[in-house]
Amino acid sequence: MSALLEVQDVTVRFGGLTALDNVSADITDGEVVGIIGPNGAGKTTLFNVICGFNRPDTGTLRWQGNALQRHQPRQLAGLGIARTLQGLGLFPHLSVLENVMVGATKHARAWIGSALLALPRGDRDEQQLRKRALEVLSELDVADIADRLPGQLPYGVQKRVALARALVADPKLLLLDEPASGLSNDEMRELADLLRVLKKDVSVLLVEHHMDLVMDVCDRIVVLDFGRVIAAGTPAEVRDDPRVLEAYLGEEVTDADG
Amino acid sequence: MADELESPAGALIAPTSASSTDRFGVLSRSTLLRHTLAALVGFGVLWLLITSFSDYRNSSWIAPIAFTVCAAAGLTVLVGLSGQISLGHGAFMLVGAYTLALVQEHWTTSHGNLAMIGLLAAAAAGAALFGALVGVAAARLRGPYLAGATLALALGLPTLPSYEKLSGKLGGNAGLFVSSPNPPNGMDLYRWQSVICCASAVVVLWVLANVSRSRVGRSFRAVRDDEIAASLCGLSVPRVQVLAFVLSAAGAGVAGGLLAMIDLTAGPQAFPLSLSFGLLAAVVFGGLGSLAGAIYGSILITLLPLWSQDITDALSVHSHKVSSNMPLMVYGIVLTVAMLAVPNGIQGLLRSLRLTLAPGRRR
Amino acid sequence: MFRFLNLTLNGLTNGMIYAAVALALVMIWRATRIVNFAQGGMLMFTTFIAWDLAQVHHANYWVALVVAVVAGILIGGVAERVLVRPVENGPPLNAVIVTLGLLIFLQALAGMIWGNSQAHSYPPAFRFIGYKVGDRTLRFSPNDLFIVLSVLVVVIALYVLFQRTSLGLQMRATAFNPEVAGLLGVRVGRLLTLGWALAAGLGALVGVLVAGTSSGYVTPVGPFDALLIYGFTAAVIGGLDSPGGAVVGGVVLGLILSYADSYISNFIQTMYALVVLIAVLMIRPKGIFSRTSERRV
Repeated sequence: MSALLEVQDVTVRFGGLTALDNVSADITDGEVVGIIGPNGAGKTTLFNVICGFNRPDTGTLRWQGNALQRHQPRQLAGLGIARTLQGLGLFPHLSVLENVMVGATKHARAWIGSALLALPRGDRDEQQLRKRALEVLSELDVADIADRLPGQLPYGVQKRVALARALVADPKLLLLDEPASGLSNDEMRELADLLRVLKKDVSVLLVEHHMDLVMDVCDRIVVLDFGRVIAAGTPAEVRDDPRVLEAYLGEEVTDADG
Repeated sequence: MADELESPAGALIAPTSASSTDRFGVLSRSTLLRHTLAALVGFGVLWLLITSFSDYRNSSWIAPIAFTVCAAAGLTVLVGLSGQISLGHGAFMLVGAYTLALVQEHWTTSHGNLAMIGLLAAAAAGAALFGALVGVAAARLRGPYLAGATLALALGLPTLPSYEKLSGKLGGNAGLFVSSPNPPNGMDLYRWQSVICCASAVVVLWVLANVSRSRVGRSFRAVRDDEIAASLCGLSVPRVQVLAFVLSAAGAGVAGGLLAMIDLTAGPQAFPLSLSFGLLAAVVFGGLGSLAGAIYGSILITLLPLWSQDITDALSVHSHKVSSNMPLMVYGIVLTVAMLAVPNGIQGLLRSLRLTLAPGRRR
Repeated sequence: MFRFLNLTLNGLTNGMIYAAVALALVMIWRATRIVNFAQGGMLMFTTFIAWDLAQVHHANYWVALVVAVVAGILIGGVAERVLVRPVENGPPLNAVIVTLGLLIFLQALAGMIWGNSQAHSYPPAFRFIGYKVGDRTLRFSPNDLFIVLSVLVVVIALYVLFQRTSLGLQMRATAFNPEVAGLLGVRVGRLLTLGWALAAGLGALVGVLVAGTSSGYVTPVGPFDALLIYGFTAAVIGGLDSPGGAVVGGVVLGLILSYADSYISNFIQTMYALVVLIAVLMIRPKGIFSRTSERRV
């Protein structure tokens, strides 16, 4: 089976620091792949390279077989890649519904002309975006809070809204940056169930600290340490890898958040 | 009209309901119908107001309020919705005024009303073009850098007509002559100017209300709130920011054109830094991002100079020094106090008042 | 060649003035991450106070100067405590508007007290007439020398304060990271007030110096607005964060304006500043001497 996204030998340096050192990874349709590693291992940098926030010094990215060169973050939605941010990144002064409608930008057809003159076409477009957004919100069981502002909601609910905003773009690949951080145990179980449902339609690449969740939902795991891939394979393979144990030794105690 | 126009900006603080406006039937479904109806009603009321004054001198404040609204409405969309700042919006008015004067001088032969609509459209287009230029630069700048650059623009641009190589074309410090519009039979010039200004203000508000209510307005607010998240949603942040500058500058351009048409000149003296400061005071006072607020704010900053003599007289300080500086003093106090005490302006106050009085309105 | 020498000397003198304004802006920026758009208004107001003393009440030049600087320090400290403190950690837009509000307020107040219609002249510290080289007169007078030296002395004093004293160390620590500095026992609030007060005192000195030049005069609105723009441009050339950069930026801008004034046209000075400002910002959106920071995602 050919890969959806391939990262080949990517190296990223910031000044003298090598954040990623010849990292390769890939993900195919319907897979859930976890990226784990101690703090500062380069997990978020890898996400940033995929999203076009950082450029690799060497190495290539391939999306559905085509090389991604100098791509901009705003082009991701069009390609079929959606990402949630570590700090949620919800628009604080937009309602939940509006947040999700912004996420549906790539489905919009009408643009500036219809907006200036309030043409009926723009209204139809809005109706359609609203319907889509409400559908995704219902799927995630948060349609009842569509009119609220994100700041009024509990953290776990905000995370769902952020997820809804990513999903409404109908991505082929979903990048989740620490989806479980700040969640209660119950919420984490719900998230695991949700990811299992989601993988029918979308591949998921996630950076996560909570081992239980990663071992539970991931088909494959890539372990980074000091910017290098030190292990990769199924959860069972990775769990027993001595290099992984070594990298994590002493980390378990201090490792609370990102 | 004010109440209708509030809705787009209302979303700034209280998001619009998902499905609550069905009781208005077709009106709630068609933005075009709703806004156009509001615009027609608004213009009708203004028409009655203008024609009801028996002496034009009693209505001389209408036209200045109306053209100030054009500029303030544009500025409030820029600052309040897209989150960019312009301390120098007077510069865009200046470009609008000179565009109108130059187009009239070189390309028009008639002084009919069609020509005048064309001239105002040219003023809007000229300012919009300049706004695009400034916007491209502005999209790279943030916060205080953008504020400083726009301030320099408002200070520098009015000196340009005095530059030896341009003063021949731009009329130097005296500016360019603008011929007055021809009023239809039975109407005096001042009333006709008021009608033109009010019609322009209604059109500008109509367009900006449409934009604010649309996906474009939502993109402005999304980019204002979080640029990175907005780009991950597929929005081009620079493109959205430039668009906001273009729209905002077009509004100011119309205002500058109208000002030139009333003054019968387009000259640098009409666009001092205090004009830009006044516009900013108007939109902050009215509540950033609110078109209705831009109307209140414009009324305030236009009437203030007219009242300031009365205010100083009432305080028994019969000093020209004091009364002539009173408007500026009030702008300064309004800006500072508004930011410290009522950061959401009048519109925000009204909204929170309504929410306290009728808490059940929101689900 | 003689003309070029004159322009260079003139540019250097003006450049030192812009450097001082830029330095004041940089000090405030480092302390509170706010560009003080009221800087021009504050120094206009203190210059008016000095003018009132010197011209109306016939006080000694130096007494008026000292009173202006003390008034500047007070205004700066009070402004930080009362107006700026509440918006320090808010959105940058609010801080911009508050300082702009203060600028407008001070302009109006000065207009109410001293009137707008007249441009008041201010006595120079030393004579205007330039030094003679052979039979030709340089465009550089004892008064200009005084300006250059005063600014140099202040710059050196500030350098010593920041780099060699524990107070300076605390101020730098606060600018670098207020939270950590606070945890280390630095009284952050006081230092922010002190930063504003010092900057405003420096501004007050500049105001009196500028007013006393051959082309200087005192009015509520006008020359001091332009001075703010020149100072801001100089500070941006220097990167807003770097006191040394601000001084270099001031001198560079002074020279550019002096040459452009003479070789192009002297009607559009503020346009040159605008062009320089835009050019610098387009190449480096945060100034030339600034260190680029990685955007956090």
